[in-house]
Amino acid sequence: MIETRELKKSFGLQQVLNGVNLRIAEGESVVIIGRSGGGKSILLKHLVGLLQPDSGEVMIDGEHIERMNERDLLRVRHKFGMLFQSAALFDSLTVAENVGFALRREANLTEAEWNRRVSETLEMVDLPGTENKKPSELSGGMRKRVGLARAIVYRPAIILYDEPTTGLDPIVSDSIDRLIVRVRDRLNVTSVVVTHDMRSARRVGQRILMLHDGKIYAEGTPEEIYSSTDPIVHRFVNGISEEKEGVLK
Amino acid sequence: MGVSSINDVREALRGLGELALLAREVFRGAVSGKISRRDLIFQLYQIGVKSQSVVLVTGAFTGMVLFAQTYFQFHKVRMDTATLAVVGVSMCSELGPVLTALMVSGRVGASLAAELGTMRVTEQIDALRTLATHPVDYLVLPRVLATTLAMPILTAAAIAIGIAAAYALGVFLLGVDPTYSWSNMMRYTFSSHILIGLIKSVIYGAQIALIACYKGMNCGEGAEGVGRATTEAVVYSSITILVSNFFLTMFLSNLLQPG
Repeated sequence: MIETRELKKSFGLQQVLNGVNLRIAEGESVVIIGRSGGGKSILLKHLVGLLQPDSGEVMIDGEHIERMNERDLLRVRHKFGMLFQSAALFDSLTVAENVGFALRREANLTEAEWNRRVSETLEMVDLPGTENKKPSELSGGMRKRVGLARAIVYRPAIILYDEPTTGLDPIVSDSIDRLIVRVRDRLNVTSVVVTHDMRSARRVGQRILMLHDGKIYAEGTPEEIYSSTDPIVHRFVNGISEEKEGVLK
Repeated sequence: MGVSSINDVREALRGLGELALLAREVFRGAVSGKISRRDLIFQLYQIGVKSQSVVLVTGAFTGMVLFAQTYFQFHKVRMDTATLAVVGVSMCSELGPVLTALMVSGRVGASLAAELGTMRVTEQIDALRTLATHPVDYLVLPRVLATTLAMPILTAAAIAIGIAAAYALGVFLLGVDPTYSWSNMMRYTFSSHILIGLIKSVIYGAQIALIACYKGMNCGEGAEGVGRATTEAVVYSSITILVSNFFLTMFLSNLLQPG
């Protein structure tokens, strides 16, 4: 289970997280929505210990990680897989080396077993036969798929997705959403998806949390969030800007 | 003292503290054997083998220039055959290690800072961490170790080629007696001179790689951040080499007492 209590984080004078409380149960699929620059990715990075909060608590399966040192965090991170917004593939390695990275360093697998696991995972993300390509030869959608393959190859219990469909066309976005659902169902993992793409949020989320002003402002099933009458939630879900933002100066 | 000066001092002290912590992590990783032999060999090739040509050219021309300038003065007092001895001592204990280190800091320091800086801004270092891999063990340790191992070999090569080039210039172009030149060099160049040079080169190797890796891993956002990190890596490592050279010379000369 993932839990945060009164999580606060600021950069300089800017308070990004201002007391975030959330609880995500095992096997749940949660989407965190909110405006660009609102701290969604920052929150996600706190969950895996990539950032340390100014105050507050982060607990993974009951274990506090907010003040853990880097070496202790490595043990906790075995539970996580993460897909980055830019995919963050290692550009000096091939697709196969990227996907099998964690296997190479963690397990004493034979070369044949390693190859089999990598190919199997690439097939799961619909990219068979791309083992020897370099990340620079892949399209945006393919890079995200490889990033996802790299995150799931060692069967983590929790997968974090940072803006998985940003920058992709609607068709590719749809295929990534389907992939997220397929991975969730097939591997029975806990999924936390950060996005501002409402179509995507509706497809992949069982529960939606809305981050606003550094706090969880609203929470509910996709239907509840879509039918919310709260003006802030309503405007965000339906993509309606405030008047002052719409005026060209 | 203004507020900005206080902040600058605070930033500098913070940087030094973080550099020391990075060095501690590297040491920890090295002691616990967390280095991949494959990565180390790859870095030795990238850092050591690929720096050879630059270092050899630097060594050869420095040796020749030093010989020529010394010869022009010594010739006036008929001390031609002492020239190679001056070159030998200078190349072994000072010019060999310092110039090799400056060339390596330019070539390798810049490349390490740019590579790690780019990995940082493209979230590749964060990706490593989520894959339960310590970035210091995977990225910094092999680079620091490879630079530290490669530096004495590169320095030895620069010293050897520098002396050889100086000898060739003196004997074949300036007509200096080869036997007396060689004999004087062997008489006044001690093994402790060579040892001083090699000890310095090991320390410079660690300094260059640590500063470059630190700058790369802590660079600012975007292309500007990577550019600044690269420049700072070269500037800081060069200054550190020159400043520490003075203290190392005083310390090692007292310790080993050559001559």
